[in-house]
Amino acid sequence: MSESPSSPGVTPGVPHPTDSEAVDVVVAAALAAFEEAGDLEELKAARLAHLGEKAPLTLANRTIGSLDKAEKALAGKTLGAAKGRLSKALAARTEVLEAEHAARRLLEETVDVTAAPRRTTLGARHPLSRLTERVSDGFVGMGWEIAEGPEVESEWFNFDALNFDEDHPAREMQDTFFVDPPQAHLVLRTHTSPVQIRSMLDREVPIYVLCPGRTFRTDELDATHTPVFHQFEGLAVDKGLTMADLKGTLEHFARQMFGPEAKIRLRPSYFPFTEPSAELDIWHPGAKGGPRWIEWGGCGMVHPNVLRSGGIDPEVYSGFAFGMGVERTLMFRNDVPDMHDMIEGDVRFSQHFGMEI
Amino acid sequence: MRIPLSWLRENAEVPAGATAEDVMAALVRVGLEEEDVIRPLDSLQGPIVVGQVLTREEEPQKNGKVINWCTVRVVPEGTEQTLTGEGIDPSGVQGIICGAHNFEVGDKVVVTLPGAVLPGDFRITPRKTYGHVSAGMLASARELGLGDDHDGILVFRDLGLDPEVGQEALPLLGVTDEAAEINVTPDRGYCFSIRGVAREYALATGTAFSDPAGRVTVAAPSEAAIGVELKDEAPIRGNVGCDRFVTREVTGLDPEATTPAWMAERLRLAGMRPISLAVDVSNYVMWELGQPLHFYDRDTLNGDIVVRRAAAGEKLTTLDGKERTLHAEDLLITDASGPIGLAGIMGGAATEVSASTRTVLIESAHFDAVSMGRTKRRHKLPSEASKRNERGVDWGVADKAAQRAVDLLVELGGCTDTGRGGDAGTRPAPVTVSLPHGAAAARVGVEYTREQELSSLTGVGCTVEEGADADLVTVPSWRPDMDIADDLIEEIARLVGYEQIPSTLPVAPPGRGLTGAQRSKRRVLDALAAAGLTEVLAYPFVSQAQNATFGAPVEGTEVPAVHLANPISAEFGWLRTSLLPGLLEIARRNASRGFRDTALFEGGLVFWPREQLGSATLPAGGARPSDAELQDLNAGIPDQPWHLAAVLSGRVSNGALGESARAWDWADALDAARLVSDTLGAELRVTQGTHQAFHPGRCARLETAEGALVGWAGELHPDYLAANDLPERTVAMEVDVRELLAAAPESIVAQQDLSSFPAATQDVALVVPAELSAAQVLEALREGAGELLEHAELFDDYRGQGIEPGSKSLAFALRFRATDRTLTADEASAAREAAVAVAAERFGAQARG
Repeated sequence: MSESPSSPGVTPGVPHPTDSEAVDVVVAAALAAFEEAGDLEELKAARLAHLGEKAPLTLANRTIGSLDKAEKALAGKTLGAAKGRLSKALAARTEVLEAEHAARRLLEETVDVTAAPRRTTLGARHPLSRLTERVSDGFVGMGWEIAEGPEVESEWFNFDALNFDEDHPAREMQDTFFVDPPQAHLVLRTHTSPVQIRSMLDREVPIYVLCPGRTFRTDELDATHTPVFHQFEGLAVDKGLTMADLKGTLEHFARQMFGPEAKIRLRPSYFPFTEPSAELDIWHPGAKGGPRWIEWGGCGMVHPNVLRSGGIDPEVYSGFAFGMGVERTLMFRNDVPDMHDMIEGDVRFSQHFGMEI
Repeated sequence: MRIPLSWLRENAEVPAGATAEDVMAALVRVGLEEEDVIRPLDSLQGPIVVGQVLTREEEPQKNGKVINWCTVRVVPEGTEQTLTGEGIDPSGVQGIICGAHNFEVGDKVVVTLPGAVLPGDFRITPRKTYGHVSAGMLASARELGLGDDHDGILVFRDLGLDPEVGQEALPLLGVTDEAAEINVTPDRGYCFSIRGVAREYALATGTAFSDPAGRVTVAAPSEAAIGVELKDEAPIRGNVGCDRFVTREVTGLDPEATTPAWMAERLRLAGMRPISLAVDVSNYVMWELGQPLHFYDRDTLNGDIVVRRAAAGEKLTTLDGKERTLHAEDLLITDASGPIGLAGIMGGAATEVSASTRTVLIESAHFDAVSMGRTKRRHKLPSEASKRNERGVDWGVADKAAQRAVDLLVELGGCTDTGRGGDAGTRPAPVTVSLPHGAAAARVGVEYTREQELSSLTGVGCTVEEGADADLVTVPSWRPDMDIADDLIEEIARLVGYEQIPSTLPVAPPGRGLTGAQRSKRRVLDALAAAGLTEVLAYPFVSQAQNATFGAPVEGTEVPAVHLANPISAEFGWLRTSLLPGLLEIARRNASRGFRDTALFEGGLVFWPREQLGSATLPAGGARPSDAELQDLNAGIPDQPWHLAAVLSGRVSNGALGESARAWDWADALDAARLVSDTLGAELRVTQGTHQAFHPGRCARLETAEGALVGWAGELHPDYLAANDLPERTVAMEVDVRELLAAAPESIVAQQDLSSFPAATQDVALVVPAELSAAQVLEALREGAGELLEHAELFDDYRGQGIEPGSKSLAFALRFRATDRTLTADEASAAREAAVAVAAERFGAQARG
């Protein structure tokens, strides 16, 4: 009765049900067969051979009926214990082989993750739009509101209300696009300042608004000029506002945009709509080629005539205003050397920046 | 405005070693922005010396030219040449070829020796030419970068000089100076003069200012040089065109007199070309004192001078030789013969100073700035004179400028002051402004001392009468820009220094954040970018043809559009009525750069003129217009809705491991439009449409739930794509976001009941006419199925075997669910039958299989 345990199909002879040694031999053969089974298929064959209809233990079990009472009890105990051992061993082996099988399947499903196709690709926002939104968010965070206005604007809002009378030499500085016929007194707004006037006419004082938007001047396109560009202007009108308030607001904003080391400087200048007026320089700590002062925009205290145009009494209220170019800001903030790239729409330009700048 | 430093030094204390950069750094503090540095010495190097021509032999050449072979002594006679180097003759005498003929043996000239470098990196080396070795060059003014004069070489005799041979030549020519160029803002006309800039420099540096006008002693004329009548019968905005007209007369102008080198050099540094002594003196005085002058040839004048407005249609030939037709607002200088000059802008040809002029009548007048500005713009005559006159010249300097010109012509031109002259006009009342105490501190946020306020105001030329509560400030005649307290506050703030202003952060009242529309716009832009599209920003300028194609669905419809009076390009002189032309141009540009697979979008305004275009008259600034005026202004402004558009061309994906390539198609364009409306929370209805720019069978007309047109989506017309060099099968969409936002419910969105009872799904296939749209069938099914229908969608469109030609079978998946119970199969079937019944009744649809 010494069959190779590795051949699950070959089983030892049928033991006498009370011969515990013979039963042990059968059990040992079965245990060896279970252990030798390399996969679930082989284990199934071993189970059939050692626990199936024709297995020695099964056949031995059938002979119990012919035994006498005392033998019956012994045989039942002997065979029951043997079957119990085998069932337990079978379950344990099944668990091992199932785990192995699952692991093998997962291993077989291995992919090259570096070869994954890109099914959804992100597009991009235009850096000028995104920068405008960031600037707006900065002011909204300070409690300001965002105001907008038309791009084709009446000359009254673009010039007259802003203290450029029809003979003002500064009116020529503006290089204005006029709507045909000129007698209609419509222009493509040369700055976002008309929105200041609209804000004053539409809102109650105190007013703290930021006016971002598209503006137009008759410049030819070159590396640093474009006839269509973007500005953001701020206007604050309240009781007792001073140039110190203007400076503090600009300093706070500069730090939001350029980090805690940023600082600003005001230089005397001239704009028809502010008095006193100033040019605004920013100390850009991260400028290409090292920290330096960069011209950023213009600002000043709102001219009393401008307040009057907006229906506000300059004897009671004062205001400050400032304006910067979005293109210019993008140029020195993000090292964009040529304006062409901002306006030509080459997808590589926007895609390089993605959703945030 | 260019400021030669030597000129500035005459009037302000500029330190000896100061450069143009140092001067600009001082001026920028008081508001004169730096522009450039002009330093001729930077482009001149090496030995440039005085030489004396020893011999000169004319040698005719085969090409017809005659050249001069010269020997030129370049060290004093009897001394040795100390220079060494290739081409330097140790004898001190150089052999040089010269093409010019305006010199003689014995003349002293400018010799650029081998080793010298002239402007344009022109290096002087000995070279073989015309059979000689020419070791150096006899230089002209132009070759030295000193002007355009190339009529001949520089000869010191012509400049009235007799220098030592071997001397450095450049200092003799005045080429040691440099100029600072500053930007003068339009309010500071007085800074278009050395006088004004010197005052600002002194204020900026806290040093003394010496007024060049104050150094002129005006001689009272003994009798009139000419009769002058100021006769303005049509003042502009209440101001007469001319309120001062000073005349002086000199005679005996030497036709041989030339402009001295120092003056020529200053004028060149200032950016003006030396022309003749008389012209140069006139320009010199203008630059120094800011007063434009005009010189007449006295002998060409007929009778008295009358300053008056032109008669409409009157003509004048100005000294540039152009005949100009005058406007009734133009201010003229006339004599008995008629107009002889456009006052303050340009003189007439008939009376100008010429080579034969012996007696000069000097005009130094004060004109109204507004009148000057209008005439300059009308005749497009920007000049140094008009630049000053339209900003306002100092009324008080006219007589001094005339005297300065007399003095210079006497000194340099051999003239005699005839003692005749005149000074017509009346001094305008001085401008006084009340400045309340503390006003500057309240506006600027700096507690200025009285001393700071008073010294600033007197420094710029004001006189201050101190009062108990306010100072009464009289503004100087050269500062017409100052007329309100705020102007005075600016003077105090800038002279004490903007760097003194502290920083305080005002606290805005609690704001409302972005408006709903602002948030929505950002969301749609972000959604399209997240969906793989790239935002671009096109110019809004389009052609009439582009508006005709994209501005109306039906070809041949007249599309009203805003036209520019002065567009950059005549062809693209209209404002867009659609975003698509700009997007398509950008798509084309990307394709030409090798990017044929592009997904672009843009959000922006389009422009539709209203019935009223603009406003015929404008209210005055400086006051709130009446409600009626504001209504009129706004009624004339074109409608400018915010649109969103996308253009998709080429492929969505190129295919990859286990994936096949896919091209963008019409459904993607429609999807982009739906993404926009879904993001906005607006319902978008899609119907089959036709639009001239789109493929006739692949165009969706987009409407709100109420049926208002809000846009189009689909494949662009193949003919259009081919004609415009765009990739085949390019698709596009455009929606009016303003309309969609108006259609989106603004109320707060309430939670909907999420039933947890199981759903019952049923499919239905309907045979319908092939031309019937799926959306119509779906709408009928939805209506018929009633409230139990949770979702319905099309999953198959079958035509062919088993279906009659002209029909199609549409299969829909229906999902039913009740909120309060589990539906039975019978309930779901009944709802399906009801749905089919409506489709059957409406379209004759037959349930299949």
